[in-house]
Amino acid sequence: MKLTTRANINDPDGFYQELIEAQRDLGDEEAARMTCKLVILLANHIGDRAVLSEALRLAAPKSAAIPPKA
Amino acid sequence: MLKTYTYPEYPYRPSAEQREGRTLRHPVVVIGAGPIGLSAGLDFARRGIPVVILDDNNTVSVGSRAVCYAKRPLEILDRLGCADPLVAKGISWKIGKVFVRDRLAYQFDLLPESDHKMPAMINLQQYYLEEAMIAAIGREKNADLRWKHKLIALKQHDDHATLTIETPDGHFTMEADWVVACDGANSDTRRMTGGDFVGQFFQDRFLIADVVMQADFPTERWFWFDPPFHPNQSVLLHKQSDNVWRIDFQLGWNADPNEEKKPEKVIPRIRAMLGPNVPFELEWVSVYQFACRRMQSFRSGRVLFAGDAAHQISPFGARGANTGFQDIDNLGWKLKLVLDKVAPEALLDSYDAERIFAADDNLLNSTRSTDFITPKSVMSRRFRDAVLELAETVEGIRPLVNSGRLSRPTPYLDSPLNTPDTAPFKGRMAPGTNCDDAPVTIAGKPGWLLNLLGEGFTVLTFDTRPPVAKLDAGPLSARVLTVGQDFADTRGLVAARYDGEIGTTYLIRPDQHVAARWRSFDAAKITAAMRRACAIPAAGRR
Repeated sequence: MKLTTRANINDPDGFYQELIEAQRDLGDEEAARMTCKLVILLANHIGDRAVLSEALRLAAPKSAAIPPKA
Repeated sequence: MLKTYTYPEYPYRPSAEQREGRTLRHPVVVIGAGPIGLSAGLDFARRGIPVVILDDNNTVSVGSRAVCYAKRPLEILDRLGCADPLVAKGISWKIGKVFVRDRLAYQFDLLPESDHKMPAMINLQQYYLEEAMIAAIGREKNADLRWKHKLIALKQHDDHATLTIETPDGHFTMEADWVVACDGANSDTRRMTGGDFVGQFFQDRFLIADVVMQADFPTERWFWFDPPFHPNQSVLLHKQSDNVWRIDFQLGWNADPNEEKKPEKVIPRIRAMLGPNVPFELEWVSVYQFACRRMQSFRSGRVLFAGDAAHQISPFGARGANTGFQDIDNLGWKLKLVLDKVAPEALLDSYDAERIFAADDNLLNSTRSTDFITPKSVMSRRFRDAVLELAETVEGIRPLVNSGRLSRPTPYLDSPLNTPDTAPFKGRMAPGTNCDDAPVTIAGKPGWLLNLLGEGFTVLTFDTRPPVAKLDAGPLSARVLTVGQDFADTRGLVAARYDGEIGTTYLIRPDQHVAARWRSFDAAKITAAMRRACAIPAAGRR
C-alpha cells in the first residue's frame, strides 16, 4: 500500500470547511466541474501512478470494484 | 469536383494466363493496390519474390484520405526507393496548436530529433503517394500490377489457395502459395476467410473535406475543442500540397452522412470556420464512422492480412496507413525466407505476434484519444473540459490533453525472435526496436546509416577488426558493416544512438529492427541469434 491512509491533514475540520465553502454558492454542474479540476490538479501533484490506482480502487463503489492492475 | 488533381486511369490488360485458360501457381498474390498493397508489391518484388498485385479498380485513392505519413513509414518507403519525391512534394510540419473554444490553449512541437534522413511527419494527399508507388512498381520486373481484377472467391488448401478472379473478360482461376490481403477495412478477402473483428465501433461521425484556398495559416496542425464555429464538437485543420487543406469536422452520432456531404451543408461550415473573406473551393468531401478493432489473427491458412483489412484504428494520431506500411515491412522478409524454404512456416506466426502487438499498441493509443475527444458520459466530458480549462494556465496539465498521439513505431520488445541482452546497454536500441537513423560518411560523401543496411541481415559492429566481412551460416548470411571501415561515424551519432563501444556488435533484421546485440563480435552467437530471428529451431533440438 503506497497510498497514505493514515490521517495526513493537519487541520481536518479547516480543510473540510474550505472544501465545502468553495462550492457553497455553486450550482450542481459548476460544482461538479470544479471537483473535476480539483481531482486533476491533485492527481498531477501526486503523480505516482501506483498511488493514483490505489486511490481509484479505494474510491470505487463496492459493487463496481476496479480490478487491481496486472 | 477535384480541381488540383487529375486522376490517372490505368489500363486494364488481360493476362496471358486468363487468355490461354491456364491455371498458374504464383508464389504471392496481393489483393488490393492501395498504399499497403502497393508497398507489399514493392517490398516483395525487391526481395526477389515474383508478385502479382490485383485491384478491382483502375485508379488511385479518391480524396486525400490518409494524409499524414510519419518518419518510420517514410524510412520504409525510402528502403523501397520512393520516399524522396514524396518528401519533396509533401508538407513537413512539426508545430501543433490546440484551441479550446475561441482561445489558443497551448502549442506543442513534435521536437523531432535532428540528424535523421526522414522528417517527423509529412502531409500529402494519398493519391500522390499511390501514384508514386505505382510508378515505382512499374520499374520492378518481379511485380505485375493488374487493374480491374476483382477477387470473387477464395478457397484454401494445405499448401496454397485458389482464387477466382473477375475481369472485364470474365472469370479465371489463379493459384497462390500465399495471399496477402490489403483490401482495406471492408476487405472481401477477410469475409471470404470467415475472419472477423474484435473491438469497438465508435458512435461518432466525422466529415472530412479537402478545400483549396490561398490562406495564410502557417504549416501547423490545428485542433479545436468546442470552437465557436462548430460548437460542442472538435475540428482539425491540416495543410497538404497544392494549397489543398484538409478539414475534419466531428459531427456526432445523430448526423445523417448523406445530408452532411452535400455542398450546401459543408460550405457554410467551412465559411463559418474561415470567416467571410477567405475564398475557397471544395475539392472532396466524405463522411466516415470509425472503429478501433482488429482481426483475432492476421493469418488464416495461406492468407495473411495487412493494413486496414487486419485492423481499423481511429484516425487520431494518423496510425492507420502508417501502421499498415510497418505490417508489410515486417512480413516481406519473412515471406521470402519461408518461400525459399530457409525458414519454417512458424516464422510467419511471428508476423501475427509482432504486428498484433503493434496493432494493440495503436488501438490503445487511438482509443484513449477517442475517449478524450468524444467523451462517452456527462462525467467524462466534465473531466475532459476540466483538463482543457486547466491546460491554458497550468503547464503541467498539458500532457493530459489528448488530441491524438502521433504514430510512432512499436518496438517488438517481447518478440520470440529477439535474443535477450546479456550485457547492459544505454539508449533506445533494445532488441525488437527499429534502428535509429544517423548521418554517416561513405567514401568521403555524406550518407545515412539506414541506407547502408540493405535487404538482408546486417551485422553492425564497432569492432576494429571483425574476423569476417560476411557471415555465412548455412542458407543464412549476414553482411558485416564495420563502423570506421565501411563508413565513418563522422559526428559520433551512430556510437551515441547505439551505445557503441569498441567491440559492440548488433545483429539487424532485414526490416531494420535489432535482433540482438553484444559487447563483442562472436560469430557463433550471431549465427544463433540469426537462426532465432528466423524461427529456426536451435541446433540439436527439433
